Amino acid sequence: MLSQLRPALVLLVALTAVTGLAYPLAITGIAGAIFPAEAAGSLVERDGKVIGSSLIGQSFTGEGYFHGRPSATTAADPADASKTVPAPYNAANSAGSNLGPTSAALSERVKGDLDALRAENPRQPVPVDLVTTSGSGLDPDVSPEAALFQVPRVAKARSLPEDKLRDLVAGQVQGRTLGLLGEPRVNVLALNLALDDLAHR
Amino acid sequence: MTINGWMQIALYCAVVLALTKPLGAYMTRVFTGERTLLSPVLAPVERRLYRVAGIDSRQEQTWLGYAGAMLLFNLLGFVLLYALLRLQGGLPFNPADQAAVAPDLAFNTSTSFVTNTNWQSYGGETTLSYLSQMLGLTHQNFVSAASGMAVAVALIRGFARASTKTLGSFWVDMTRATLYVLLPLCIVLALFYVSQGMPQTLGAYVEATTLEGAKQTIAVGPVASQVAIKMLGTNGGGFFNANAAHPFENPTALSNFLQMLSIFVIGAALTNVFGRMVGDERQGWAILAAMGLLFVVGVAVTYWAEANAYGVLSNLGLSGGNMEGKEVRFGIAASALFAVITTAASCGAVNAMHDSFTALGGLIPLLNMQLGEVIIGGVGAGLYGMLIFVVVAIFVAGLMVGRTPEYLGKKIEAREVKMAMLGILCLPLMMLGFTALATVVPAGLAGPANAGPHGFTEILYAYTSAAANNGSAFGGLTANTLFYNTTLAIGMLVGRFFVKIPVLAIAGSLAAKKRLPASAGTFPTHGGLFVGLLVGVVLIIGGLTFFPSLALGPVVEHFAGAAGQTFATGG
Repeated sequence: MLSQLRPALVLLVALTAVTGLAYPLAITGIAGAIFPAEAAGSLVERDGKVIGSSLIGQSFTGEGYFHGRPSATTAADPADASKTVPAPYNAANSAGSNLGPTSAALSERVKGDLDALRAENPRQPVPVDLVTTSGSGLDPDVSPEAALFQVPRVAKARSLPEDKLRDLVAGQVQGRTLGLLGEPRVNVLALNLALDDLAHR
Repeated sequence: MTINGWMQIALYCAVVLALTKPLGAYMTRVFTGERTLLSPVLAPVERRLYRVAGIDSRQEQTWLGYAGAMLLFNLLGFVLLYALLRLQGGLPFNPADQAAVAPDLAFNTSTSFVTNTNWQSYGGETTLSYLSQMLGLTHQNFVSAASGMAVAVALIRGFARASTKTLGSFWVDMTRATLYVLLPLCIVLALFYVSQGMPQTLGAYVEATTLEGAKQTIAVGPVASQVAIKMLGTNGGGFFNANAAHPFENPTALSNFLQMLSIFVIGAALTNVFGRMVGDERQGWAILAAMGLLFVVGVAVTYWAEANAYGVLSNLGLSGGNMEGKEVRFGIAASALFAVITTAASCGAVNAMHDSFTALGGLIPLLNMQLGEVIIGGVGAGLYGMLIFVVVAIFVAGLMVGRTPEYLGKKIEAREVKMAMLGILCLPLMMLGFTALATVVPAGLAGPANAGPHGFTEILYAYTSAAANNGSAFGGLTANTLFYNTTLAIGMLVGRFFVKIPVLAIAGSLAAKKRLPASAGTFPTHGGLFVGLLVGVVLIIGGLTFFPSLALGPVVEHFAGAAGQTFATGG
């Protein structure tokens, strides 16, 4: 076996250098040159300040904004570092709820959210993505139905006609890739930026 | 279920099938040492590497020599990775100031990457420096996949050769798999992923002020280069905690489709390499057909279960399927498909949280791993896993007609069948043995986040995933503890090497045998009867071994959920 030590060591060092340093650093260099915005994280700026990433969901709670999906991400408890506290859309600690299909905790959470949403808009059935947490806790999208469901609330808060908002949502719907892959969706941050623009005009 | 969903699934299967033959042809040339398209660039590099390493590329190894080289290389890789994780606090490329990884977690993570499991006890963005991600994880993603491929090729040579002692050189096979197969594909894939929005930067985490004025810290990093090999090498360990559900690790439906393709494409092509090297491509297609049959049934069940969402959501009157733990851009169909692919292969990446799947939707991924991940499987591992079952199937067929079993002109005798059974039986020993232990000791019972049968499934899933070298999880389980880190690491080691070594032993004894000419009594192994027999053997062995454990977990949970029952923790 000792005669094998030299090939083992040399190949380990050489392949570490190639696949662990040269390859990722070369990709970093090339990607930075041809796709600089994407490589840096698809950051969105407004008035020169970074307000987020177009791919990462952020927390919206105000009545006058469209909301994303519930998020199960957490952060360390400032009072006790060994515990965690809920911190929706914590983009430094992605996570899902991991609650299973017979979980009482899941049942209570969904029931609470359903009651609130039904009170807000009794006319339409509640879209399932508005009461379920995403896998990452950072889902940037909602379904088109989930965006339309929120139109009455946003219209009331902003004193805008509902029709105008429905048109705004329709303009933000991204279809399936090649008409086939994935599902139709609306990017919540992009929709809210468009909403702010509409209000400023 | 929608027509569009079925079309996505059908398109996926069609593209995998279309790529099998061309990639199989290319890989056959690579492993038989013929010139390829990339030889002008890579051959000089390869030659220089061998000269420095003192390797004579024509000198072949016996099965023991091959196994020894593989073990030594993996051991050294383990030591390097362990040291890197323990020392990362003082090393460069660490903008988020990640501290040294704790000893038990470093042991678990090193084992996990060296065995191609990539179980995530660590949480990428909260635990690891960029250097650990690149030099440690990205590197092991390459070489653990390459060494899986090498073992599969050695086994193929065992079938293809006659009256010889040697199986090829581990050093050459591993180097060629890395340089000619994995690296070029990864460069193309990584750049494509960046174009879809995957970050690739060494810069620090981004501080943003959201539209509503809150602070948001956004973790970034050299993601694309790692994700490319993570999928192609069926490793599956995430750059981020949420793995391929994270929008940075899987930004679009197109990146998702390519990641799914990456998981299967090398494993599928290896069946074609097998056919070509044994001189009859139909033998490869027969094995792929058996894999495909099991796969399609699994996808159909999971898709149906997730679209109908038996449990809390349907009991509350919600329609639209089970979206808990799933991302809007993928939806039900692409999430269900991904879950079946990632567990059929030994990938373990997830684009939706399996812990939140419906009981039956989660049963299929669990069963896929329990069957030994022989449906396409890990790169290399899937083919040699399935060939073990072929040995058993042929043996069973021989018993039925009272004739010495033969496969590809090789007599299958006591030694091969014993080794095959050793490889098959070590998996349930680890999966069920440790699950039984964890359900009685307090350190094990402290793990599950969900109560009732789902909590049991969380434990069963963890040990199944570890021993099968998958790495996906029912993530609610708190696994970053001394008990789980240690027992899971043992499961991974046994699941990897107690399969690989018997496989090489089979290869060695097959290569030494004479080839018998086919006669009228030879059982043809490229037809429907053989495919049916093989599928039957896989299902009967897997079903008999694991049905009781599945009945205690997902099956009970399905009926409880359909009856409206829920389970509260602490109750």
